[in-house]
Amino acid sequence: MSRAMVAAAPHRVTLLQWVRAHLFSTWSSSVATLAIFYFAWITIPPLIEWAVVRAVWSPHSASLCRESGQGACWAFVADKYRFILFGTFPADQHWRPALVIAILIALYALSSWRGVRRSSLVVLWLTGLTALGLLMWGGLFGLNYVDNERWGGLTLTLLLATFGIALAFPLSILLALGRRSDMPLVRWLCISYIELIRGVPLISVLFMASVMLPLFLPAGVSIDKLLRAQLAMILFAAAYLAEVVRGGLQAIPRQQEEAAQALGLTYWQRIRYVILPQALRISIPPLVNTFIGFFKDTSLVVIIGLFDFLTTIKVSLTEPAWTGFGVEAYLFAAIGYFLFCCPMSRYSQALERQNAPGRGVPMLREN
Amino acid sequence: MTYRSRLDLTAQLLANKNMTFLHRRHPRAIIYQGLLAAAVGLTAWYFISNAVENLLARHIASGFGFLTREAGFEIGETTFLSYNAGDTYLNALAVGLLNTLHVATLSIVFSTLLGVSIGLARLSHNWLLAKLAAGYVEVIRNAPLIVQLFFWYAVITESFPAPGEALSPFPGVFLSNRGLAFPVIAAGTPLKLDYPVLSGFNFSGGALLSPEFAALLLGLSLYTAAFIAEIVRAGILAVDRGQFEAAYSLGLNQRQVMRCVILPQALRVIVPPISSQYLNCTKNSSLAVAIGYPDLVSIANTSINQTGQAIEGIAIIMLVYLTISLAISGFMNWFNRRFALRGIKP
Repeated sequence: MSRAMVAAAPHRVTLLQWVRAHLFSTWSSSVATLAIFYFAWITIPPLIEWAVVRAVWSPHSASLCRESGQGACWAFVADKYRFILFGTFPADQHWRPALVIAILIALYALSSWRGVRRSSLVVLWLTGLTALGLLMWGGLFGLNYVDNERWGGLTLTLLLATFGIALAFPLSILLALGRRSDMPLVRWLCISYIELIRGVPLISVLFMASVMLPLFLPAGVSIDKLLRAQLAMILFAAAYLAEVVRGGLQAIPRQQEEAAQALGLTYWQRIRYVILPQALRISIPPLVNTFIGFFKDTSLVVIIGLFDFLTTIKVSLTEPAWTGFGVEAYLFAAIGYFLFCCPMSRYSQALERQNAPGRGVPMLREN
Repeated sequence: MTYRSRLDLTAQLLANKNMTFLHRRHPRAIIYQGLLAAAVGLTAWYFISNAVENLLARHIASGFGFLTREAGFEIGETTFLSYNAGDTYLNALAVGLLNTLHVATLSIVFSTLLGVSIGLARLSHNWLLAKLAAGYVEVIRNAPLIVQLFFWYAVITESFPAPGEALSPFPGVFLSNRGLAFPVIAAGTPLKLDYPVLSGFNFSGGALLSPEFAALLLGLSLYTAAFIAEIVRAGILAVDRGQFEAAYSLGLNQRQVMRCVILPQALRVIVPPISSQYLNCTKNSSLAVAIGYPDLVSIANTSINQTGQAIEGIAIIMLVYLTISLAISGFMNWFNRRFALRGIKP
């Protein structure tokens, strides 16, 4: 309320007035302000000294890090950054995964930009994903073949998240439609699948893919570890996405479907041309939120030993030179994930504000 | 015939005047479902027959008989139950389940307290406090929980001093790389506290939270709190502004407005999403396996590795979490009904 009063004031607000209105408006507010200042005074200077002033930056100074009086050991990151970004991809070919990371970031940025038309986006994504496959596997146009066991690091995290969502999305639409179907068997199957997956932790689904799935395949047939994990992530994400899509479907007025029916459209025509375009448009902000959760969840593959961004960091820490620098390493990991998740979170908040301006009630993120 | 089905029929008649048996709605639905059932059944049969064959070829037993066999591994910490390596798998899994419930319950309590405070702080008139709370939510929500768990575990085991030079923020409370030692009420003597004492390389007496447990509890509580804070904020913002104004005009002060007018209304918006956060918190406690706290998943995983009975082990994990999920949502539904508006159906 005080903010509104200040904004409505006819004269320009001076700094002093702003400070009084926002930091010292009441006794309790003043106490809180002073407490925060005091807390900042005792924590921030030592933190800066540790993280910047006394930090060790040069990549070959593992021993320097261990001398007393040294701050954060960023040398760890400087030394291991190639492994953390690209895994064990052949060193002379590192430009390939680097290009893959650049393409993926560009695709995400373009998708969130309004200037690009939807039809051209589809073309862009298809070309982009084909290029990714070519760059990662190689085997064509003079690029030598690289087995997917050597993919890793940030590249793998981005690939797991992107392909996971891209393939889970169509499945989730089917599940959401199935959940609203008139056919009891279809509805019942979809509900049990969605609720089963949402009721158990992702780890159990990953365990299922890594230790149980091989038992279910005929002797002699095996699916590699990466594909199994990707499959588990797709099946997991589909259940969560299905609930988001269902939310969008439920928001479409009944009359839309009835009008489409009266026009003589078949079920799939109604879904394709009338219902889904409207339902998906309003689901974009929650879909982005689900994607953020999913992006973070890809880090769980560390438990089944896939070399993603987090695993490469964890494995680097087991080298004798770098043991004991977990605080710096995981701080770096958190910053890495944050750099991807924060823009996405901002994007979905901005979309939400455009869709419902002035309401001010934030949309909730599940995870 | 209902309006809807009549409309449906008209639409179909318009689309195709010469409908055969297969074009009519009911027979078609039955055929589709029959095909679906057959596909699901065949897939299941295919998987099961493969599994039976594979298990035979690998000489892996099936069924839950292994539960009564001796587990043969030690468990670092237990809640309420005593356990040693000679006990059965069933005992080991029970210890794991209690550990899961222990850490999940405490995390739910702490994250609720912290989350409500941060949610209220985000709505504070104090700009600095509001921004600080917003920053907390943004930072915590945008990094994976597992990274945060690794981080806190590293902070405890790497940055804290050895027990010999333990930090002691309060008398009798010691923070070291062996965890947090604190006094507890001695058994049988309600007024006497049992203090932790340094003996050798670790503390004896009192209670000791292991680094694994402390990191899990800390990480899980801080993480869940960020989500609860947003729920609380959204709930309060969802209350109509007129309610604030009316309450203030009655002469209530800020605390009274919150307590008597806003929070009771906000609670109805808050409870459903918060119950799903409690579920998430419980499911997220399974990340314990990554930092070596012996929760249910971690012990089931060890059992799977020892016995090879992956199907049974994963079935147990899933069954337990599904039961917990159902129990929590059942409880929260009851709670919600109790606090929902009486007599007014939305």
